[in-house]
Amino acid sequence: MVGLLCISTVVVLLPLVIIMVHVLVEGFSALSYDFFTEELGSPSRAIQGQATGLVHTIIGTIVVDTLALLIAVPIGIGAGMMLSEYPEHPLNPTLRLMNDTLNGMPAILKGLFIFVLIVKPMGTFSGIAGSVALAVVMLPIIARTTESALQSIPWTIRESGLALGIPRWRVVLSTVMPAAKGGLITGILLAFARAAGEAAPLLFTSFGNNYLPNNWYGFIFSPTDTLPQRLYSLAISPYEQWHSMGWAAAIILFLMVIFAFILARLLARDKFKIQA
Amino acid sequence: MDPENSQLKSKGNFRNKYTDALYKWLGDKIFTFVVVGLGATIILVTLGMALVLFFEGSGALTEFGLFGFIKGTTWDPAVQMVFGAWPFMFGTLVTSALALAISFFPALAVAIFSAEYAPGWLAEIIDNLIKLIAAIPSVVIGIWGIFILAPWLRDSIYEPIFFWTEANYPDMLHILGNPMGYGMATATIVLSLMILPYTTALAKDAIKAVPRDQREASWALGSTRWEVIRMAVLPYARGGIMAGAILSLGRAIGETMAVAMLIGNKNTLPFSIFGAGATMPSVIVNEFREAVESLHLSSLMAIGFVLFLIALIVNLSAAYIQRKLSIGGGQVV
Repeated sequence: MVGLLCISTVVVLLPLVIIMVHVLVEGFSALSYDFFTEELGSPSRAIQGQATGLVHTIIGTIVVDTLALLIAVPIGIGAGMMLSEYPEHPLNPTLRLMNDTLNGMPAILKGLFIFVLIVKPMGTFSGIAGSVALAVVMLPIIARTTESALQSIPWTIRESGLALGIPRWRVVLSTVMPAAKGGLITGILLAFARAAGEAAPLLFTSFGNNYLPNNWYGFIFSPTDTLPQRLYSLAISPYEQWHSMGWAAAIILFLMVIFAFILARLLARDKFKIQA
Repeated sequence: MDPENSQLKSKGNFRNKYTDALYKWLGDKIFTFVVVGLGATIILVTLGMALVLFFEGSGALTEFGLFGFIKGTTWDPAVQMVFGAWPFMFGTLVTSALALAISFFPALAVAIFSAEYAPGWLAEIIDNLIKLIAAIPSVVIGIWGIFILAPWLRDSIYEPIFFWTEANYPDMLHILGNPMGYGMATATIVLSLMILPYTTALAKDAIKAVPRDQREASWALGSTRWEVIRMAVLPYARGGIMAGAILSLGRAIGETMAVAMLIGNKNTLPFSIFGAGATMPSVIVNEFREAVESLHLSSLMAIGFVLFLIALIVNLSAAYIQRKLSIGGGQVV
């Protein structure tokens, strides 16, 4: 039986290794200097062998993901605080149910929601709409991890603060939050790792763009390219040059997400060691 | 005189009277208000999502009726302007259920191996690698599927089976479908890999949560190691295992990009094993950006609404099963 379990574990992990090897090999061979300095342009540019790259996509990804974090982190941490620090609040059961529901919803529905909420009234696809859609993806993850991070801090710490005459809000902000810092950062990194790889919500919100915008706020208020969505477009395109560029986008996206993921795991591990 | 000191003193006097109360009472009020407001945002987003999908899809739902829309087998955005969601619901349910069926036992095996047999360091490595599978972006798995997996499956598996069937049972060919590599089978295989980590993680948590007494009682009765797992641990942990399986099903139903890239995207029934198909998320991805007719757009939104309902039911039943089947939550083993 042990042998069978062993074999199935190896069989399950084999595809992971194969995927990683393929992405690393194909991706590294497709990377070039131009990839980081040129914009994509029309397909003819790649076919004629002119310099093309995804600099606008990389900048767009950074802008959209950063804005998404700026939106999602305060709301998610606030909601997590409400669940953990105000367990008596009447809205809590509803909040927990809604948070779990939101977490279980396919990301594509979040894209449709933000399309109706922001893209339609604005009249244009925009980077900020993409950020909000990604923020909706991040929200429930941050809320949930914040709750469990705060709950791992013993109540005696809060009680000793309250006994010193410190008001409740100050106890939460100055003693509980710093103590739970590692857990909070882990949650944010995990949320980032999940949202940064999502293409579905971005297709209907930030839409994509083959060119660099004319000015810096073009990344926020006009259609913006992001790595996952560009990777999808490149992979289903009919041009061989774009396929290899897709592999290059894949390795950048893969490394970005895996880096955030590994960092989160390492932090979680350290936290565990302190507790043990 | 020390200016800092006097300042502190007068500040202290003032503070005793008003600021202290303000600092405590008002501070708490403001803090509670902000925190509850942020929490309420999540509630509003979730409710808003349901309402938006319903109202945007209501055009199609009133045109065809909810059940007419669900049962309708024609999806024709070009000529007849008739929209029925059944092909996509069928594709979603079949690929998800099969993916769960394929991945369930391997996932359980990994959970058992890592929880019961593997030494600590190996278990940690296995856990992290399994979670890494869930962390790989869907589009990256999609591009791997398009350029590596699907051609390989076509050349070394689908085509031999197809030609063998053609030689021996030519009547069965319509069930197999065109072995082009991009179709239901490929999408199901990739899905089963992508949802496996969720089953494994919850199953392992449930197995780890089985109390020591339970195992020791079984050991004392003379069970072998495997008998302990089979007769004492697994029945006790079944709530978590089932809940994990159903949550994985929910993941499979909502999985969008990899499926859209690999399923071949065909809007008409009947689907065949190797042939192209479609799922609810994949049709939204494929057609939403190109939908110009308002009825078409509304039909896609209605598919989103139906998808919302299915995902909601799946998630709620997972939570219910976890509560109901776990020990102390109702039934006794």
